[in-house]
Amino acid sequence: MDFVDFPEMSRGDLRDLRIAIDTAFRGFTRAYGETLEQIFHPIQVLLIFIENILINSPWILVLGGLALMIWALSRSIKIVAGTVIALLLIGYFGMWEDTMRTIAMVAVCTMIAVAIGIPTGILMARSDRANQIVTPILDMMQTMPSFVYLIPVVMIFGLGKVPGVIAVVIYAVPPIIRLTNLGIRQVPADVLEAAAAFGSSNGQMLKDVQLPLALPTIMAGVNQTIMMSLAMVVVASMIGVRGLGQPVLQAINNQYFTLGVMNGLAIVAIAIIFDRATQAYGKRLQKHLEAVHG
Amino acid sequence: MDEATHDIEIRNLYKIFGPNAAAHIESVKNGMTKEELNAKHNHVLGLEDINLTIPAGRIQVVMGLSGSGKSTLIRHINRLIDPTAGEVIFDNRDVVQMSQKELRDFRRQKTAMVFQKFALFPHRTVLENTTYGLQVRGVSAKECEEKARRWISRVGLDGFEDNYPNQLSGGMQQRVGLARALTNDPEILLMDEAFSALDPLIRTDMQSVLLDLQSELRKTIVFITHDLDEALRLGDKIAILRDGRIIQQGTGEQIVLRPADDYISSFVHDVKRGHVITVRTITRKGQRADTPITLPSNTLLEEAARAMTNAEVNRANITDGSGAHLGMITLSKTVAEMIAPDTSEDDALEAAVG
Repeated sequence: MDFVDFPEMSRGDLRDLRIAIDTAFRGFTRAYGETLEQIFHPIQVLLIFIENILINSPWILVLGGLALMIWALSRSIKIVAGTVIALLLIGYFGMWEDTMRTIAMVAVCTMIAVAIGIPTGILMARSDRANQIVTPILDMMQTMPSFVYLIPVVMIFGLGKVPGVIAVVIYAVPPIIRLTNLGIRQVPADVLEAAAAFGSSNGQMLKDVQLPLALPTIMAGVNQTIMMSLAMVVVASMIGVRGLGQPVLQAINNQYFTLGVMNGLAIVAIAIIFDRATQAYGKRLQKHLEAVHG
Repeated sequence: MDEATHDIEIRNLYKIFGPNAAAHIESVKNGMTKEELNAKHNHVLGLEDINLTIPAGRIQVVMGLSGSGKSTLIRHINRLIDPTAGEVIFDNRDVVQMSQKELRDFRRQKTAMVFQKFALFPHRTVLENTTYGLQVRGVSAKECEEKARRWISRVGLDGFEDNYPNQLSGGMQQRVGLARALTNDPEILLMDEAFSALDPLIRTDMQSVLLDLQSELRKTIVFITHDLDEALRLGDKIAILRDGRIIQQGTGEQIVLRPADDYISSFVHDVKRGHVITVRTITRKGQRADTPITLPSNTLLEEAARAMTNAEVNRANITDGSGAHLGMITLSKTVAEMIAPDTSEDDALEAAVG
C-alpha cells in the first residue's frame, strides 16, 4: 500500500460522474425550468412594482415617505435626520436611481425572508425533530460560498431579478429562522405554565404569549436579514441584478476607485439607516422590561 | 359569584418520574420503596398513594418541606402534571381521564392558579394580565375589562392598571397574580407557595387579604406552603406531606395536639399554641363557674387568657355553637396549655427524682 498518494477515484470515473449529474440537472432544467419561472414570476412583478414607485415618483415624495417610515420604526429625530441627509447626498452624487433599486430589492427579499423564516422558526421551536432537520440545512446555507448556489439558480432562471432575489434570500433567511426559534424557546417555562393553567390552547399560547415575548429577538433576526441582504447586493449584481452593486462590479473590472468607494458608501449608509431604525424598533418593543422596581 | 359546591377527591394517586414510569407502578404498589426504585431503576417516586378529600368552599393546606412533593401534588389537580396512576375526582368526573379539550375547558371554567414566582406575563400590563383568563375563554373585551378592574381594585391595586409587572414590588405582583386568578371566578383556587417569595410582613398582609376574600367568596382553595405558621393560620384542613406521602391530615389543632410522629412533633414544637388550640380541649365539661366571662368553645387559648386577664378573673364559662352551656375553664389551665409540654425535661426530672 502506498500512503503518499490518496487512493482517489480514477479521473475517467470522476468525469463521468460529473457529466452524469450535470446532464441530469440540465434535463431537469429543460423540463421544469419554465414552470419554476412561472411560479416565481409574482416576485418579479412585486419587485418591479416597488421599483417603479420608488423611481418614478417625485424624489421629494419618496424621501418624505422613507423619512416617515423610519420615524414610525424608530421614533427618533436623530435617526430620521441622518436618513434625510444621507439620501440627499446620495441623490446629489447621482446614485438616486441605483439606491432606489437596491432598496426595492432589499425590501422584497426581507419580506420573503420574513414570510419563510418566521413560520419555519416557529416550527423548529415546537418540534425538536424539525429543529434537528433544519439546523444542518441552515448551517449549509450560511457557509456554502454564495457563488456555488448561484450556478444552479442561474441555470434554471437565467440572468435577472428573480435569480438575484432567490440567491439573496438563501443567504439572508437563516438568521431570522434561528432567532425566531431561539426567541420562542427562551420564553420562561413558568410563564408558559401559567398560560397552560388558564386553559390556553396551543394557538392562544403562541399568539398571546410566545410570539409577543419572542418579538424583540425576532426583530434582531429581521435586522440581521436586512444587513445580509445588503451585503449580498454586490454579489447579486453578477447575475444581472441592477442597483448599487452594478457600479461596484464595474469599478472592480475597470479599476474605477472613486466610483467603487461612492457606491460602497451608499450601501453602507443604507445599511446604517435600516440597522438603527430596526434596532430602535426592537428596543421599543422591550419597553415593558425597563423601569424595574427599585 | 360561583360558590364552590364540589369536593375534590384524590384517590390512590401515584407519580413516578422517569422515562419508563408506567413499568414500575406495580412494584411500587407492592411495596418497593423510594430508595429501591431510585437505586435499581433510576426513577424517582414523586407521590405515593395519595388519598385526600379537599372539602368544597374551604382552605386545604398541603404542607411539606422542599422535595416533599407538594408542588407536584397541586399540579395534579389541574393536570399540569399527569399522574402515573390514580384518580382526581371533581363533580363526578375524573380529571385524569379528560381529553385535551375537556381538560382545557375544565381549566378555563373551574380552576385558577397562583404561582410562587408570580409567573405574570411580563409583556402585558396589570390590566391585561388580569383579563388573560377571561380572554382565553373568549369573553368580550368589555366584560373582561369590567371584571378585571373590579378585582384589581379589590386587591388594592387601583391606579396601577397600566403598569407592567416589572414596575411593581413583589407583594404588588402577587396581588396581580391573585386578581388574575380571581377574575376567572373559579370554583377551585390553586395556590402554589403563593406567598413564600414575599417578605414576612407582606406575607402576613397577603394572608389577611386572602382570608378576608375567602370569608365572602367561599372558594375551594388548595394552598401549598412549607411554613407551619402560615399553614395553621390559613388552613381549615392541613395535610402534611413527606417524601411523597401524606403522613398526617386534620385540622391545625388536631395536628398540634396530636402530632402523628416525631417528624411532625419537631415541626409543631415551636408553634404558638395559643394561636392554634381552642378552649374546647381544656373545658371541664358540665362544671359552671361564678364569673362574668362567657366564651364560645372555638375561642383560641390566647384570646381566652386575655379576656380573663382583662376582667381580672381566673375562670370562664364555655358555650357551644348554639350558645348552650358546655363547661368552664381556668386561667392556669389555659396558660399551661399555651406552653408547649416539654417532655424531655419532664423525663429528666423524673429520672433525677426517681
